Amino acid sequence: MAKYVGARQKRVEDPRLITGNARYLEDVQLPGMLHAAVLRSPYAHARIDSIDTSAASRLPGVVAVFTGQDFADLNPLPCAWQAGGVTNNANTPRVLEIDKVTHTGMGIAVVVAEDRYAAEDALAHIEVAYSVLPTVVDAKKATEAGAPQLHENAPDNICMTWECGDQDGTDRALGASDVVIREHLTNQRLIPTAMEPRGAIGSYDPGTEEYTVWMTSQAPHVMRLLMTAFVMGIPETKMRCLSPQVGGAFGSKIFLYPEYPMVAVLAQKLGRPVKWTESRQENYIATTHGRDHQTDFEVGALRDGTITALKVTTYANLGGTLSTIAPGIPTSLYGSMLSGTYKIPHLHCQVYGVYTNTAMVDAYRGAGRPEATFVIERAVDLVARELNLDPAEVRRKNFIQPEDFPYEPASNLLNGLAYDSGEYEKALERALEQVGYREFRQEQQEARQQGRYLGIGLSSYVEICGVAPSKWVGLPGEGWGAGLWESANVRVHLTGKTVVTTGSQSHGQGLETTMAQVVADELGIPIEDIEVKHSDTMSTPFGYGTYGSRSAAVGTIALYNSVQRIKEKARKLGAHMLEASEEDVVYQDGNVFVKGSPEQAKTIQEIAGAAAVAYDLPAGMEPFLDDTAYYDPPNCTYPFGTHICIVEVDTDTGRVEIKRYLSVDDCGPVINPLIADGQVQGGITQGIAQALYEFAAYDDSGQLLTASMMDYAIPKAEHLPHFENSHTVTPSPVNPMGIKGIGEAGTIASAPAVVNAVVDALSPFGIRDINMPLTPQAVWRAIQEAGR
Amino acid sequence: MQKIPITVEVNGRKASREVEPRLLLVHFLREALGLTGTKIGCDTSQCGSCTVHLDGMAVKSCTVLAVQANGSQVTTIEGLGNGELHPMQQAFWDNHGLQCGYCTPGMIMTATKLLEENPNPSDEEIRDGLEGNLCRCTGYENIVKAIRAAAETARGGS
Ligand code: FES
Ligand code: FES
Repeated sequence: MAKYVGARQKRVEDPRLITGNARYLEDVQLPGMLHAAVLRSPYAHARIDSIDTSAASRLPGVVAVFTGQDFADLNPLPCAWQAGGVTNNANTPRVLEIDKVTHTGMGIAVVVAEDRYAAEDALAHIEVAYSVLPTVVDAKKATEAGAPQLHENAPDNICMTWECGDQDGTDRALGASDVVIREHLTNQRLIPTAMEPRGAIGSYDPGTEEYTVWMTSQAPHVMRLLMTAFVMGIPETKMRCLSPQVGGAFGSKIFLYPEYPMVAVLAQKLGRPVKWTESRQENYIATTHGRDHQTDFEVGALRDGTITALKVTTYANLGGTLSTIAPGIPTSLYGSMLSGTYKIPHLHCQVYGVYTNTAMVDAYRGAGRPEATFVIERAVDLVARELNLDPAEVRRKNFIQPEDFPYEPASNLLNGLAYDSGEYEKALERALEQVGYREFRQEQQEARQQGRYLGIGLSSYVEICGVAPSKWVGLPGEGWGAGLWESANVRVHLTGKTVVTTGSQSHGQGLETTMAQVVADELGIPIEDIEVKHSDTMSTPFGYGTYGSRSAAVGTIALYNSVQRIKEKARKLGAHMLEASEEDVVYQDGNVFVKGSPEQAKTIQEIAGAAAVAYDLPAGMEPFLDDTAYYDPPNCTYPFGTHICIVEVDTDTGRVEIKRYLSVDDCGPVINPLIADGQVQGGITQGIAQALYEFAAYDDSGQLLTASMMDYAIPKAEHLPHFENSHTVTPSPVNPMGIKGIGEAGTIASAPAVVNAVVDALSPFGIRDINMPLTPQAVWRAIQEAGR
Repeated sequence: MQKIPITVEVNGRKASREVEPRLLLVHFLREALGLTGTKIGCDTSQCGSCTVHLDGMAVKSCTVLAVQANGSQVTTIEGLGNGELHPMQQAFWDNHGLQCGYCTPGMIMTATKLLEENPNPSDEEIRDGLEGNLCRCTGYENIVKAIRAAAETARGGS
């Protein structure tokens, strides 16, 4: 009897957040704590000839100043996901750079002072002599002859050349198509901009030789492993990592950054805790960016709209050095999803991962899948346009059908994985009906007569979630340097109060609530009796953290499995207490009783007490209800849906107004609709932001022109529409709860929906494409160039 | 650096400290007084995470010097509900008006002032009123909903 799962349960984490009592990293104060500020390179490509820290060291309040030489015994940061099957010419940052920088914002010295003001003041007194080198910021230009070379081991700045699919078959199919449409798309560079900047605090206990590092991380266990085993060369048992309340991340806090091992070592060197938190400007220049693809594609189709082949070439800008999982994003999570929701018999994708003099590019909400969805959803619209067909009709015609699952997209792109389940047409029809598609087309015609330009854009997406199966994602497959299972521990204490610890990490997703909902229903206890704890390596089982929409489909399933084993043990103990035989008793809603006699029940609280005091247990049974589960799913999950956007374009000013935005998402059964809708709304917003507003702009010398919130256009409330959200429910066969994941869906679906709508609105001008972001200037210019 | 004595009444309690003239009010609140509920999200006065009430006005405390607040009354998120949940806090909770929670103290401080000035705002007026507060998580849908709900509660509806 589900009571909590499926309910709009208010979040249990909210009281501390709405009262100002949540303790984010910046709120943590330790006795004697010092503050660090990092001197960052103002040049995008330069040799460091000399650094003079003497004047800075003498300033009042300054405790010490260090440069890269002081950390020379540490290894460069590891790149933990190198694209599978190809050579990755990996170059990664050091804790502080020693002789060379390849993008602005790389750290070259650190001041440690009694307070942050003193530390920041001292930065201006460090003298650095640079030899400035020529720069390149565009991924395609970086591969051309004569381009400045960033790394000796990466000729032509190519980090890796990766492909998937069948090139010959695709070429042949394109040749045999009735029409072939070619287009160039850019998926511009974005900055994740979590509202809480990054930070870290290190402390060191010389007695036990143990480090404690607080950090703003989505994956504290992984950080501990990478810092100790890979960078510092110490046993991971000598470090504890904590990631307290995290204020948003969107991917940018998955990665190991130089400052995390830095504060640990500084604390050890100085004998006092050291805190570092970034300014927003540092967040923009020194934290990872996302996307930045240049793509050429060819899509072939028959006259009736059947898509025959898709051929894609993408230059993915990876930045000046590799971030932790950078190569995995434009490969495994991009190329393999290019088929979208469609049966495309032939597909080929070639990706060049390229170094440029820009900030590191890594996963940003959706990570590879928004890029793939943008390509295929734009392609489908272009096919419809070319053949004068309705874009909804072309989608219907090509959809993978429910009976086709499990479905492997063309040429085994998923390396043995298959889409799990889907009813793509159902979600599309639901969305069309809700929006009133036919009526809209009528209205659009009438509006055009009056010189008003309305447009509608569809986006029927599928994404890959619950990124896990270790044998798929790991080294022999996709090149991720480890497994990607997840863990959970459930302990029912003597009084029946229950503590759950998880290897997942909550930074806004409300996992403390959704996980408690699942446990409450399964164990049959009130949600108030459950505490969900995470993000402390000392008190939680090893886990890989939260990203790739994996905390429901992987982390929560680990928890689910653990609870099943707790229930089984409770059932056996309950039978013993009832003096009944095990086969005759059942566990139901928190009670164990002989089938047919629920009035003679032992409650879970009584059983937990008996298990804890342990003076009368069945032979061979260990005391306590305590179980740890490690769950490695057999497959990923594939949420899907259709989003529809309606816009009006002011052709005089180029301004785009979103008049309606509607989503129908299918993530399987929904644990908490309140939270799921919130995830969708926030996700859609980030996609709309990409479509209309945001763009991380570099000048040719590698200076980031959008290095503050004044210049980088993250949307405000007034820039966004009201969202109409609904769901269809198609369970996944992959896991026992049928759940798929929802954290990234909104972002994956929304950018193409908006762009398709604007292009649809402007089709009378003959406009087929406009590069994102569709700012008034970009739209206005496109209209002017198209001529009337 | 020379320090200046100031006295500020924060959440109904007088606090006297000697501060550097350049100390920002937000740092005074967070570091000198340990009131860490007020957040810092930017360095250009854009995000509004640091919003507090200063003599009855919603201000960005990263854009006010502590010495400018000398003799003033400040309310932070910690003092908003006087030990209970303020109806605006309740409305944010009820309507899932927050995800990571980082923008939330500032949002709530802005929203309470917004309703004082306009007790019956339209959705559009709410969105306009949030012009100085950024949220990266929610897409604002449920923030707008929460403020509308709080307005209804204040007007005695439900
Ligand atoms: S901290 Fe961003 S406006 Fe004050
Ligand atoms: S809830 Fe995360 S920034 Fe608003």
